[in-house]
Amino acid sequence: MSECRSEGYVRKIGTRNPGLVLARVAVLAACGLRLAAAAGAEAPTGEWILNKVDENNYADTRIAVSEMVIHLARNTRTVRAKSWVRGTDESFTEFLYPPRDKGTKMLKLGDELWTYTPSTDRTIKISGHMLRQSVMGSDLSYEDMMEGHKLVDQYDAKVAGDDTMLGRKCWVLELTAKSADVSYHTRKIWVDKERYVPLRENRYAKSGKLLKTTEVKSVSQRQGRWVADHVSFKDALKSGEGTEFVLDSLRLNASIPDYVFSKAALKK
Amino acid sequence: MTWFLAKGLLRDRSRSLFPMIVVVAGVMLTVFFQSWVQGENYELIRSSAAFQTGHVKVTTRAYAEKADELPNDLAIEVVSGLLAELRTEFPQLAWTPRIRFGGLLDVPDSLGETRTQGPVVGLAVDLLSATSPELKLLNIKEAMVRGRLPERPGELIVSDDLATKLGIEPGALVTLFSSTMYGATATANFTMAGTIRFGITALDKGAIIADVADVQAALEMDDAAGEVIGLFRSGEFDGRAADKVAAQFNARYAGSDDKYAPKMATLPEQGGLGQVLQLHGFSLGIVVSVFLFAMSLVLWNAGLMGSLRRYGEFGVRLAIGERKAHLYRSLVAESAIVGAVGSALGTAIGLGAAYWLQAHGIDAGAMMKGSTMMYSQVLRPHVSAACYYVGFIPGLGATVIGAMISGATVFRRQTATLIKELEQ
Repeated sequence: MSECRSEGYVRKIGTRNPGLVLARVAVLAACGLRLAAAAGAEAPTGEWILNKVDENNYADTRIAVSEMVIHLARNTRTVRAKSWVRGTDESFTEFLYPPRDKGTKMLKLGDELWTYTPSTDRTIKISGHMLRQSVMGSDLSYEDMMEGHKLVDQYDAKVAGDDTMLGRKCWVLELTAKSADVSYHTRKIWVDKERYVPLRENRYAKSGKLLKTTEVKSVSQRQGRWVADHVSFKDALKSGEGTEFVLDSLRLNASIPDYVFSKAALKK
Repeated sequence: MTWFLAKGLLRDRSRSLFPMIVVVAGVMLTVFFQSWVQGENYELIRSSAAFQTGHVKVTTRAYAEKADELPNDLAIEVVSGLLAELRTEFPQLAWTPRIRFGGLLDVPDSLGETRTQGPVVGLAVDLLSATSPELKLLNIKEAMVRGRLPERPGELIVSDDLATKLGIEPGALVTLFSSTMYGATATANFTMAGTIRFGITALDKGAIIADVADVQAALEMDDAAGEVIGLFRSGEFDGRAADKVAAQFNARYAGSDDKYAPKMATLPEQGGLGQVLQLHGFSLGIVVSVFLFAMSLVLWNAGLMGSLRRYGEFGVRLAIGERKAHLYRSLVAESAIVGAVGSALGTAIGLGAAYWLQAHGIDAGAMMKGSTMMYSQVLRPHVSAACYYVGFIPGLGATVIGAMISGATVFRRQTATLIKELEQ
């Protein structure tokens, strides 16, 4: 320690007032936190938002009962189904209504899809271009129904702006596929800023042509997550009023036996 | 005089043989070419009528707008009523319902799971009724390769190429996977009774034919059909008659704006076929005209050359007192004889070749492998009434005109210089 002598005052250079140091550190820390908070609140990244969407959307398992109201050219059909989903690669769906479709089942394992119809007692594999065909005459394709991967794994996201949907403030995200084997090359989604639920989605081909739109009509909280329980799907290449998807019941993270996700379960 | 000239031509082959050969060859080519291009037009109409359009076709208006999509959700309902109506009002045509559909043909393994599958284009026609015109129209019996025709419900026939690709034999179980009229998933088991070769590449790649009642059941189309086709009982397409029938039928619904009201369209009005036929006819007309013109020039030149070669002969005949007009007339008459006989011979040979090829055809399947056109891969000419006389236009007409023009030099010959010419 060196000393600096001046008249009536001796100050030892190198020593510090502990209280002052603490106060300075506290001020700096508070400023840093405020800056960090400000940064997070004003400019979240697309990837960050997409992660939040996936966190809200995905569960280890899901058991759901739902209805599809399919508006056709000459009539409207209602199809009721129960689905079991595990992770991103396994799902099993059984159609419960109408009587003609009752007992028809679909099994997805990875990238493969099989369907079973009791009237023919046949298990048929759906692959290739057939995956783009409509399910039950709806505006959803088999590919749409097979979607299970997290968006953040398949898309790069950037925030394009803000908007309001269903009276909720939303981020508008533009997603671009990371690889060529993704069904839709680009998407635009409107994400609720508080609930991280996509309230609207436009899906595009590589050429930029609009292929499908989804619009959420209502949202509810189930088991701590916000879930879209009434969604309108529209195939932009078809005329008509589209398909409505209505979620009746949902159980998350329930135990599902392994045998459900097997081809043997199709014939039971 | 004609017989005298004819005897002269027969005895002096140097005057007649070469022109005759040229006329025969030219006319033969003209007749054969005419029949060949007509064959293309005829086949286009025949294939289209058999597999796609009929001579007339009735669908709902909504179906007609999206016909390429095979929109069975827009099909005719209560088709039995419509058929009864059409058969009563227009008995000059045979009416039959059809359903066109797409889907997957799935072949099971021993566990009932998919062993192999392939996309198919399906045509449901009346296969089992005794009075159905479909077997003859589609030439199904003659086109069978393996197995037999369906004899009972639940049987279908598959294109032979597809059956080979899927590795299935007659008697195999197959499942059709498609969509019902109301959008639901449609699956139905069938037994493959036999295989067929349509001779049309687009169909041979992957088509199936099933009975219309089976497909109605599978696709939930009770008493419904996508289309009703009408065919003239003569088997030949009559454009004027078809227009009249269509106009009469459509007039009944002119005041309605119901998009499911039936609408009748003639063969040329469907799928742009009218424009194709018009363009085809126009192109063929130009090609035939150019060919005729070219042949006419050749034969005209032959006539000219013939006359010019006989310059000395004309001089002698004038010198011994034959009148110029008489000489000219005999020249023209000779060319007419050569032209007429040559044309008749050339027409006979050309028609013979055309008839033979019409019966046997040329298999152009290798050249049409990637084709999606509804066009037979066996190319044939078609002999019509025009083929019997079209050869005479260059054969007789051009030859005579050539002689008339070259013969005009006779009138420029000066009698005073004849002796001098003879000395040369």
